[in-house]
Amino acid sequence: MTAEMPDARAGSPAMEVAGDGPVLLRTEGLTKHFHIGGMLSRSYLHAVDDVGISIGERQIVALAGESGSGKSTMARLLAKLYQPTSGEIYFQGKPLSAVRSRRDVLRYRGEVPMVFQDPFASFNPVYRVSHGVQRCLKLHRGELSAPQRQEEAERVFEAVGLTPAADVLQRFPHELSGGQRQRVGFAQALALRPKLILADEPVSMLDVSIRIGLLNLMAQLRDEQGVSVLYITHDIASARYVGDRLIIMYAGRVAEQGPTEEVLASPRHPYTQLLLSAVPDPRAPLSVGAETDRGEPPRVIDPAPGCRFRWRCPLAIDECSQVTPELSELAPDHDVACHVARSGAEVKAFG
Amino acid sequence: MSSAQGEDVIGAAPAGNAEDATDAVLSVRDLSVEYIMERGTVRAVDNVSFDLDPGEFIGIVGESGCGKSTLLFAIAQLLVPPATVTGGSVIFKGRDMVGLTDKQLAAVRWKNLSVVMQSAMNALNPVKSIGAQFKDAMRAHGVAAKGEIAERSAEVLKMVGIDPVHLKSYPHQLSGGMRQRSMIAMAMLFTPDLVIMDEPTSALDVVAQRSLMVQIKDLQERLGFAVIFVTHDMSLVSHFSDHLMVMYAGRVDEFGPTRQVFDSPQHPYTIGLMEAFPSIRGPRVPLTGIPGSPPDLARPPAGCRFAPRCPQVMTRCQEESPELYHVNGTLVRCFLHADEGDVGQ
Repeated sequence: MTAEMPDARAGSPAMEVAGDGPVLLRTEGLTKHFHIGGMLSRSYLHAVDDVGISIGERQIVALAGESGSGKSTMARLLAKLYQPTSGEIYFQGKPLSAVRSRRDVLRYRGEVPMVFQDPFASFNPVYRVSHGVQRCLKLHRGELSAPQRQEEAERVFEAVGLTPAADVLQRFPHELSGGQRQRVGFAQALALRPKLILADEPVSMLDVSIRIGLLNLMAQLRDEQGVSVLYITHDIASARYVGDRLIIMYAGRVAEQGPTEEVLASPRHPYTQLLLSAVPDPRAPLSVGAETDRGEPPRVIDPAPGCRFRWRCPLAIDECSQVTPELSELAPDHDVACHVARSGAEVKAFG
Repeated sequence: MSSAQGEDVIGAAPAGNAEDATDAVLSVRDLSVEYIMERGTVRAVDNVSFDLDPGEFIGIVGESGCGKSTLLFAIAQLLVPPATVTGGSVIFKGRDMVGLTDKQLAAVRWKNLSVVMQSAMNALNPVKSIGAQFKDAMRAHGVAAKGEIAERSAEVLKMVGIDPVHLKSYPHQLSGGMRQRSMIAMAMLFTPDLVIMDEPTSALDVVAQRSLMVQIKDLQERLGFAVIFVTHDMSLVSHFSDHLMVMYAGRVDEFGPTRQVFDSPQHPYTIGLMEAFPSIRGPRVPLTGIPGSPPDLARPPAGCRFAPRCPQVMTRCQEESPELYHVNGTLVRCFLHADEGDVGQ
């Protein structure tokens, strides 16, 4: 079910150079269940279930889904902040479960750092912003001398567009705008010489006028620094803007994945179609169809077999309530987990 | 129809068909709100005027800190110190809301004017069932009959598409979308003339958001109340509002019929905002957003407040502040249009 990276990849606007390198990270049957309720409870919340994705080198993969779809749990699993319930993550071909020693974990976290959602909460207000970068450098790149660290800090600040770097480094977080703070987050990640940045909703707290700047920054980091990015978002339009590849998650499972333009041009999963039809587009005329969907969150506590979208799906057939649909490749490198789509029928559920 | 605004009292409304201001359910005139603090005074809302007709839907958009929420709070008289209305009036159904006592306001709230807040989780009382909270609001306005309360509560909940069994539910038992819907149901208890909404959908994801917008519009058309809808996402109101007001740094920068503002935005800030949204359809084009960030209102720029970020800035913009000019039925605060339009009067 995990598709290897193919050559067919639609480029995002800011991208010219992005290569089709080998797979950088992939997951196999990745699963995370959380125990809920009291000690005697046997209920489990299936946050992530049997997920297989792959992220190529120099690639921005957008992971989209509604709240509760498991996308943030995915980020934490990949960051090794959570232990998977089952399944495996392979980074550069090696299983992550074998990364155990402090030194190895530290190295992995340096190669796969995370940028957080809230730039107002993720910085210590009593330290200058140089503090975070300096700490990252001390911890992960101990070979550098103090002047080298300063030089490196200035380099990464310049790379993310925080200039004059020496001056910005001396500021306190409250002296920076939300957009600038989020850039500091990316600079800290960049100081680690990462292979893959896990960006969990990095722009959702920012004003619309400055979001684009951050999205462009991600594309620039990919093109100039060769970094891959897992861009987690609930905003399909921004996923389309930067994503080379798009993964749609629903209720802890991958509903559909493939090259961004291919998925959005011919969405085959009913949920993807629902998501697309709900995006407000001022340039398009309003189409109020038979919209009965209220956007109720899916049930993921001890789910029975079957498709988790079936309660909201107008096309659901008997099979959907009995058998969990597996991802199958319905077009080159375009995987869909839907019984109706796999049967060859045309799926036109929403929009 | 509605709306005109500016330093001067209305007159010519953007849509052209001038109408008597007394028809308006709400008439805001030269409203200014200041935060008076030790380190200085911040004028968060600066001379805003507009009219809202019965059954009209007006969208107010702008970035965080542009004064849009402060404006709403001033209209609903919910401001708390250090924020104070320092000028202007808010005429709601013929009466100036500014300066009313708490008791006088209590009689108006819920009954004639309801407010739906951004976070329903925080606006609802967590230790009371939805039904009990409805009952509170109705009792406060003199409805005491149990049967009537139960009947009306079930009715409004059904209106927003929630099964009345949830009158017994507590807020934490409902999903985010349902909580926001029950807030809207509560706002409907007395079929008010005006419903003020402060980003009611921002905590919801795109599908729930869309569904809620369609529902609000449907209720509005059926019940005929007017809506002021504040959001930072202008595409959200693009299909729902009659008029659109774009605020920047406490001032109105552009105001006109929604379709027209979207089809031919005039102010460089509005144009910038429109270009800051990646589209889900059509060709993928590189976007730039708007460089820089909004000004600190404690030290606003001398001239036009958008001048430091404006791609079309002129010398004049840095020295004097532009008025609102009439341009093809919209009001635009920009010197680029100073020659074509007369000053907003």
